[in-house]
Amino acid sequence: MFLQLFFGYCALMIVVSGLLAISLRNPVHCVLMVLVLFFHMAGLYLTLNAEFLAAVQIIVYAGAILVLYLFVLFLVSLREELHLTAFVPNAWLGRIIAAGLAVGLIATIPAFSLGEKSAWTVAAIREATHTKALGQELYTSYLLPFEIAGLILLVALIGGLVLARRDENGADAPESGADGKEVLR
Amino acid sequence: MIPLSWYLALAAILFCIGVCGFLTRRNVIIMFLSIELMLNGVNLNLVALSHFLDSVRGQAFTFFIITVAAAEAAIGLGIAIALYRSRRSVHVDTINHLKG
Repeated sequence: MFLQLFFGYCALMIVVSGLLAISLRNPVHCVLMVLVLFFHMAGLYLTLNAEFLAAVQIIVYAGAILVLYLFVLFLVSLREELHLTAFVPNAWLGRIIAAGLAVGLIATIPAFSLGEKSAWTVAAIREATHTKALGQELYTSYLLPFEIAGLILLVALIGGLVLARRDENGADAPESGADGKEVLR
Repeated sequence: MIPLSWYLALAAILFCIGVCGFLTRRNVIIMFLSIELMLNGVNLNLVALSHFLDSVRGQAFTFFIITVAAAEAAIGLGIAIALYRSRRSVHVDTINHLKG
């Protein structure tokens, strides 16, 4: 009973803060709403016996990624936001597409049936502790993906450095962009 | 015990909130944030299924997804900064330099 109440609370907070995050005008408020959402996601992970992932969710998502977003928001001044053309011509069309997708996805849930169960029962995980169980799986069955994940992080690191680097010779970026265009022509 | 279908429904709703945000907002940073919401919906699905299937596989995938999300945020925000720097007066309906 307590678990269901906790789930209901987390689900309510997730949906409300998610909706607020995509509808508030001020981008900083949006990021803070997503922060609330991530904390409640971590709560849901706890109900699923995934303690390690709950910790990672808070440390990496809330602690690192959202702070990165906030930094960039403050770097890119709030008055002049970066705007792109939206993918759909009308905002209501986008909302209708999303609502239709939600209805379609939820309608298919009753047809879903679980596959075969594996060896890591709750008791087995509890005996080995969750972090150890996940580590065993990561470093044996998923060793290659783990290495690739490391490589992706390296690429992201180098890419972030290159992208955010200032030009040394003081040439303004718009000019060099224009130059590039001239050369292409 | 919470039934699996609740988790799946919540994950679907969260994913669709992300889709809605991505389609309707025009601020680049909010669009990235919407992608994070979608990834979180998928993560919730994977963790729930891995719990109900007595397996750690879904959690390992979630771990990798978090890695990729971090990389995506770093690169995407780097691009946003570069974009902002290259055109200070950003009413960027004019980001069409790749159109040739």
